[in-house]
Amino acid sequence: MQSNSSMRTPLGRVRGLGSAKSGTGHFWLQRVTAVSNLILTVIFIFIVIALVGRPYPAAMALLTNPLVAILMLLFILSACIHMRLGMQVVIEDYIHEEGPKVLAVMANTFFAIAVGAASVYAVLKLSFGG
Amino acid sequence: MAEVKPAARPLSPHLQIYRWSWTMATSIAHRVTGTGLYLGTVLIAAWLVAAASGPAAFDTAQWIAGSIPGRLVLFLYSFSLMLHMVGGLRHFVWDMGKGYEPQTRMAMAKFSVAISAALTVLIWIVVLATR
Repeated sequence: MQSNSSMRTPLGRVRGLGSAKSGTGHFWLQRVTAVSNLILTVIFIFIVIALVGRPYPAAMALLTNPLVAILMLLFILSACIHMRLGMQVVIEDYIHEEGPKVLAVMANTFFAIAVGAASVYAVLKLSFGG
Repeated sequence: MAEVKPAARPLSPHLQIYRWSWTMATSIAHRVTGTGLYLGTVLIAAWLVAAASGPAAFDTAQWIAGSIPGRLVLFLYSFSLMLHMVGGLRHFVWDMGKGYEPQTRMAMAKFSVAISAALTVLIWIVVLATR
């Protein structure tokens, strides 16, 4: 007889995914994107500082630079993944009813993808020549 | 079987019960600023789409950003970003299993607010100096 008093089945323990069936995926991705956000946010702030108050031609000269465009795209991707994960935790903390919770989590995903898609489209359009 | 009503159990104390502390305030601030930054991405996306739409749209976006309400929003956004970023650094420390002692926690909370305020001021000095 097993001395372990755990209620979990051996298969459940081996898989290590818990009741949400996603294991530590959410937690880990939140940390990974926190690290990338840290680097990319600092870069993004420098880009924004270089752009504020600039007239259109000067701003375009910077935004069409390939390196600037690539860094902006990485920032958008990293930030959107991070904020979607963070907002999901907030929703799960405050909305307890199953229906509204599922809808809110879904709307959260749609929001993150919509904001990301609009931003990526804009950066690519600028980068590829307006 | 007769319907069993759940007993009136004592609820766990909520915000208004606790004495405010720096760690509690920064914990709440981390979530509030995260939510603010989340909503603010709409403005960043709108600004980028305006830039991609041409000179007229971009100049309008720049004008809005440069107005008094626009600058107020940008200031709050930059401070929120710094508070969330520096506050997030504490989570890296905690993730490594360090910094849980009461004095350390309290010092890190105060320090994170001071650093993020200083960084925000620095950003705005650079913005205003390079215009």
